[in-house]
Amino acid sequence: MNAVITVLGKDNVGILAKVSNECAGVGVNIVEVTQSVLQGMFAMIMFVDITKSTVPFSELVDRLTETGDQLGVKIHVMHEDIFNAMHTI
Amino acid sequence: MINSRDILETINMIDNENLDVRTITMGISLLDCIDDDIDKACNKVYNKICRYASELVKTGEDISKDYGIPIIHKRISVTPIAMLAAACPTKSPVKFAKALDKAADTVGVNFVGGYSALVHKGFALGDYALIESIPEALASTERVCSSVNIGSTKAGINMDAVAKMGHVIRKSAELTADRDCIGAAKLVVFCNAPEDNPFMAGAFHGPGEPDCVINVGVSGPGVVRAALAKAGSCNITEVADIVKKTAFKITRAGMLVAREASKRLSVPFGIVDLSLAPTPAIGDSVAHILEEMGLEQCGAHGTTACLALLNDAVKKGGVMASSHVGGLSGAFIPVTEDAGMIDAARNKTLTLTKLEAMTAVCSVGLDMIAIPGDTPADVISGIIADEAAIGMVNSKTTAVRLIPAIGKKAGEELNFGGLLGQGPIMDINPKSPSKFIARGGRIPAPMQSLKN
Repeated sequence: MNAVITVLGKDNVGILAKVSNECAGVGVNIVEVTQSVLQGMFAMIMFVDITKSTVPFSELVDRLTETGDQLGVKIHVMHEDIFNAMHTI
Repeated sequence: MINSRDILETINMIDNENLDVRTITMGISLLDCIDDDIDKACNKVYNKICRYASELVKTGEDISKDYGIPIIHKRISVTPIAMLAAACPTKSPVKFAKALDKAADTVGVNFVGGYSALVHKGFALGDYALIESIPEALASTERVCSSVNIGSTKAGINMDAVAKMGHVIRKSAELTADRDCIGAAKLVVFCNAPEDNPFMAGAFHGPGEPDCVINVGVSGPGVVRAALAKAGSCNITEVADIVKKTAFKITRAGMLVAREASKRLSVPFGIVDLSLAPTPAIGDSVAHILEEMGLEQCGAHGTTACLALLNDAVKKGGVMASSHVGGLSGAFIPVTEDAGMIDAARNKTLTLTKLEAMTAVCSVGLDMIAIPGDTPADVISGIIADEAAIGMVNSKTTAVRLIPAIGKKAGEELNFGGLLGQGPIMDINPKSPSKFIARGGRIPAPMQSLKN
């Protein structure tokens, strides 16, 4: 099962490291990362495989939301099906 | 692979444009709870709802978390209670309302709909007693919603019921005058009521429905408005296309939630209701979509045309996104629940007569409109009759949810709080239709009913 982690906010040192670290700690494998910085605004999209996650999905959501709060950025963790449903026929 | 632009668009819709799934509504049949001992029947009702819906709220919350999309309400609709009341005609049906209220509280839903009667062709046993008891039932419960279907394209309009409902609406407001007349805000009078509508206050579980079913209502006026704002000054055909594409995306999110809820609760999926349901929150207004199309304010000349386009495009976009579509499906125009309509009503750009015209092309009817507290019952009945006639002739659902503001005059305000919102008391035409209403009888079904 794949999920999408998005990080949006003001660019800061160590955002990618911190989020990756959090994922590694619970067995979430990062499949692909794209990121861009536009006028100081940071947008990162991570595709992750959560099949071997050691925590329930809802806990992963809570952990990363908290990480986002600490970093002063907004982190969403959503099942990929929502994007497939909304953007493909 | 999903592209980044699509991902960011969805996130933006949720974070900034109020995209949400408005409601997961579990429809539960209570036909097996019928008993001539009302206490036994109430026990069965309470137990069945608690058994079937015990996981509803938690499942809704789990799905919301997994997909990152807010699911605002988890609700229940039940078989019209008049059908249960018919078996115990000597007792007041209010006991059923209390059982529903208690069950709703136990399972944690905020509304349960179905304190209802279907009397479009006449009153069956149980119907009249239930209608009589509506004001007391709504005043003595928190979460129970009531509806009465008084007309249909097939049957015509039951004018005895129309006359009765004028009094019932007034009394529902009077008994809750200390709470901004909220009783009347939980009561809908329908023509052509859909049996699978997931939206309150008019939801009930029709007699043709299965034992239990999941219906989902989508929303998203803010998303549509934002999409139109981004498009700038395109022509009206392109406006319709943008609405369609946006409605498709919104509905697909609703369909995903519906499928998932159905799977997790092991309950069959019924329908997705493709509606644009506003809330009083800024950026969640249907009126603002119409204004984005180019009206100075909702209620201006041109409003009906814009609403017709919106209503149609929402359906065209949504219908391909869901395997089963039903309920009300279209744009809602509840005045006190829509920030743009509240403003337009306050400065009298939006009037009751304009709203009546709008109801001919939108999905529901005169919804959440505060009227002067001294409005006589027969004037309310006249409004109901007009609205039902529009529904009957156009083979569409129309509804009336008026709130007589007891002790207040036009220009003053009612404030229900929460999603029911607030708004000014609107002017009505004070001339009396009392002789017409007093005639009673039934308006014959129109030619449109003879389709066989």
